[in-house]
Amino acid sequence: MTNHYIDIRNADVILIMGSNAAEMHPISFKWVLRARETRGAKIIHVDPRFTRTSALADHHVPLRSGTDIAFLGGMIKYILDNNKYFEEYVRDYTNASCIIDEKFEFKDGLFSGYDPATRKYDKATWVFKKDENGIPQKDPTFQNPRCVLQMLKAHYSRYDLEKVSSITGTPVEDLKTVYELYASTGVRDKAGTELYALGWTQHTVGVQNIRTMSIIQLLLGNMGIAGGGINALRGEPNVQGSTDHAILSHILPGYLKAPVASLATLEDYLKKNTPTTKEPQSANWYQNTPKYMVSLLKAWYGDKATKENDFGYAYVPKLDDGQDATLLNMIDAMYEGKVKGFTCVGQDPACSLPNANKVREAFTKLDWMVHMNIFDNETASFWKGPGMNPKKIKTEVFLIPVAASMEKEGSMSNSGRMLQWKYVAEKPPGDALSTGDVVIRLMNKLKALYKKDKGVFPDPIVNLAWNYTDQQGNYDPLGVAKAINGLFTEDVTIGDKSYKKGQCVPGFANLQADGKTSCGNWIQCGSFAADGTNLIARRKKDDPTGLGLYPDWGWAWPVNRRILYNRASVDKDGQPWDPSRAILKWENGKWVGDVPDGPWPPLSDKEKGKLPFIMKPDGVGALFGPGLVEGPFPEHYEPLEGPLSKNLLSAQLTNPTIKIFKKECDVYSGCDPKFPFVCTTYSSTEHWCTGAETRWQSWLTEAQPQAYVEISKELAELRGIKNGEQVRVESPRGKVECVAMVTTRFRPFQIGGNTIHQVGMTFNYGWLFPKDCGDTANLLTPTVGDANTMTPEYKAFMVNVTKV
Amino acid sequence: MANGKSIMVDTSRCTACRGCQVACKQWKGLPGTKTKQTGTYQNPPDLSAQTLKLVRFSEGVKENGKPFWYFFSEQCRHCVEPPCVDAIGDDAAANKDDATGVVLFYEKSKEATFEDVRTACPYNIPRQDEKTKVLVKCDMCIDRITNNRVPSCVLSCPTGAMSFGDRDVILDQAKKRVEVLKQTYPKAAALNADEVRVIYIVTDDPTKYHEFAVV
Repeated sequence: MTNHYIDIRNADVILIMGSNAAEMHPISFKWVLRARETRGAKIIHVDPRFTRTSALADHHVPLRSGTDIAFLGGMIKYILDNNKYFEEYVRDYTNASCIIDEKFEFKDGLFSGYDPATRKYDKATWVFKKDENGIPQKDPTFQNPRCVLQMLKAHYSRYDLEKVSSITGTPVEDLKTVYELYASTGVRDKAGTELYALGWTQHTVGVQNIRTMSIIQLLLGNMGIAGGGINALRGEPNVQGSTDHAILSHILPGYLKAPVASLATLEDYLKKNTPTTKEPQSANWYQNTPKYMVSLLKAWYGDKATKENDFGYAYVPKLDDGQDATLLNMIDAMYEGKVKGFTCVGQDPACSLPNANKVREAFTKLDWMVHMNIFDNETASFWKGPGMNPKKIKTEVFLIPVAASMEKEGSMSNSGRMLQWKYVAEKPPGDALSTGDVVIRLMNKLKALYKKDKGVFPDPIVNLAWNYTDQQGNYDPLGVAKAINGLFTEDVTIGDKSYKKGQCVPGFANLQADGKTSCGNWIQCGSFAADGTNLIARRKKDDPTGLGLYPDWGWAWPVNRRILYNRASVDKDGQPWDPSRAILKWENGKWVGDVPDGPWPPLSDKEKGKLPFIMKPDGVGALFGPGLVEGPFPEHYEPLEGPLSKNLLSAQLTNPTIKIFKKECDVYSGCDPKFPFVCTTYSSTEHWCTGAETRWQSWLTEAQPQAYVEISKELAELRGIKNGEQVRVESPRGKVECVAMVTTRFRPFQIGGNTIHQVGMTFNYGWLFPKDCGDTANLLTPTVGDANTMTPEYKAFMVNVTKV
Repeated sequence: MANGKSIMVDTSRCTACRGCQVACKQWKGLPGTKTKQTGTYQNPPDLSAQTLKLVRFSEGVKENGKPFWYFFSEQCRHCVEPPCVDAIGDDAAANKDDATGVVLFYEKSKEATFEDVRTACPYNIPRQDEKTKVLVKCDMCIDRITNNRVPSCVLSCPTGAMSFGDRDVILDQAKKRVEVLKQTYPKAAALNADEVRVIYIVTDDPTKYHEFAVV
């Protein structure tokens, strides 16, 4: 979230799209309803299905799965055509006025630079025209037809109401209602927020879904303000924390880029990954990358990280150039027999990954699997699952019991980037250890072995700093948290302040690129005070702004800032756009309110003032955003599997940059009468993800006992299916049997003149337990991911539904 | 005590998360029962000796053609003049707690004729334990509320759909809430507020929520 949970109460219009907030994030709805009750906020839910969220919304507006960009593109057109954008904000705080390179073009679904052979773009033309000083040329009057605002307008001119309606299946009247209501927030004294979750990310155009909304929020001046922002409701209680700590393969802790093989030295790495700018008033915060990277290496390798050895940069594993090491590719390599061993912690990929038959088959190619979990699940027991012959499976599986979250001390990071400290409520049962203790023991053993037996390259393991244990030799969560915060590695004086070796670094502005500081994750630097006080454990309920920031409760990254980009909530003189929602204000030469996005004075100070979007090299919000692989303006493409043979907006049916997997089990079907219905998958309030943890809980399985498919009354009639009957749902990749839930909450769509039915299933079940609950919906989903992130397209694919 | 205790269940704030349904079982130590998916979110299908609090789901289409999905977190209403207590007719088997007004069934209720008690209740609440024959229903967590704690279901509610307190305060709160809701929903009402201690607020025809929502 750019903002935070409590801040939802400050919104005037709440757009819930790509999320079933009431069911998946029940606590979010406390604040959604608070906004309605205290300020008359309107709640809009855009979703294929009428859910428990829709039941409480002012407007439920249906759309066909996978057509969000068409829907939102239509909103961009509405905002621009009707001059509903916040002009001052757009002019000064976004790149709307920048002039785009003359060779850049968009034609019939493709941007300039596409190579069909590699399915990649050469982005050379996706740039701004620069002046003689290397600064982007601008036209603040927006008259130049090549300026971003005009090009944006031209791009979305095709997204008229009728066209959007024929793609999304949303009635034109409903589109108008949403567009008008949401665009009403494009003024100083109104705020609109957007809540999304996996309903946006789990598409082949997932990141572009979010980008499209980001454009809308910038146009309406909703970024950086109280009651605004783009708010990803994260899933598992600590999924934000695991992402921050680089559970993904393309990053290091704190979202630093993972090194690749061609960047052989630290200098190469820093040169490649440290952005520069010529924009005089841009803070370009990532210019500090060297400080963060060197401090990270110092945290990892301690005294063994020296200037002479590049601070141990050579020890860090490197990706091959161009390598994508995400899950779908990992399973693909496993399926080919290229992966011999697999350590799986707290997951159930036999049910959670798409094309589960492929995943389960891939596990049979492993020599060994180590599985850490609080219960057995379909992954640890894959070898005795449906269709498996244990006698023919060589994989040796080790199931290690580990502690549940209530049995561990440490920090949890919530969706609002807030860390809160928790304590052990109960000791883990039996031999179960915390995952931290398992890792400590494993590494201790490895270090001892490498010290004794050497090996080809023992240095990265032998030289690893490994002082994360208490006096009894157990995992020390407080010590780890301090290492993440960062420590001074020698006595240092910064400005008028002196710090002793071993003291906590109080904020990342103090981190150094010369090895005098260590820091395990720069975005969490400052979570401890210099005197060692754990700010994550704070529990004070003061709220000086009255806007729900509660700055002394827990600690939020970065530097306890509760609302990101908050310098965009004020005008160039530092005065809030809306004084009744002033999270920040420049008063008597200093900032009052939230922790500002940097200490500099407001923008009107031409010497010291800085632009608000400090993480962007240009300092402004990117309406034109060349960072993603599909193009700088989001464009509607159909899901890999969809009901249409032709994209109604261009000749390009699907996202031109997605990877197509080609194993014999990776079969796809588009616009095929054998699989005529759009299917989407989701969770329910009562179960958590695959249900691997919750299906063992009888109060929950009692409430949601068995797999079901929700279908409309119209489809039920078409197929002669009665409510509660057993049906088969089938895709080109697999089939599942489950109970039909015939409901008025799903309705057929009118798409391109045809009636298209959509159905939906939860992915809460698996064959292991309870025995009669049914197997996972992911036997049906395709192996395909978002072109930027490889997040699987769980939300839109094609199936057939028949009576058993 | 100001006229005993009451609970307000504001269905306009209920997301049917079923936290209350589970919290009830947790506090009472009641087991999850074996159920089947029969084509509805509502499960278990009905109140029972193991289920004293049940979220009912009711869906359909409104006059304007849009779908509705109403949620009714059902429990004993704790009538001000409880007909079940009269039907049982034995103070040692069922009575009304003087301080709170909570209606309580005891073990001796196994001697009562269940059908008489069930039909006496206009809200179809009492159930019988098949083995022990004892009659059972919600007791408003009498052990909690007499120890300065709110009922388990109220504590679990994430959206503030349930509130607990002195009856006079809750009645006032319900009245004010209905006034606010009426501006948007002309049919908003507090159901049988004068007769029951568990007061449901609805925004539409109560029978659309549940057959026994109102008397």
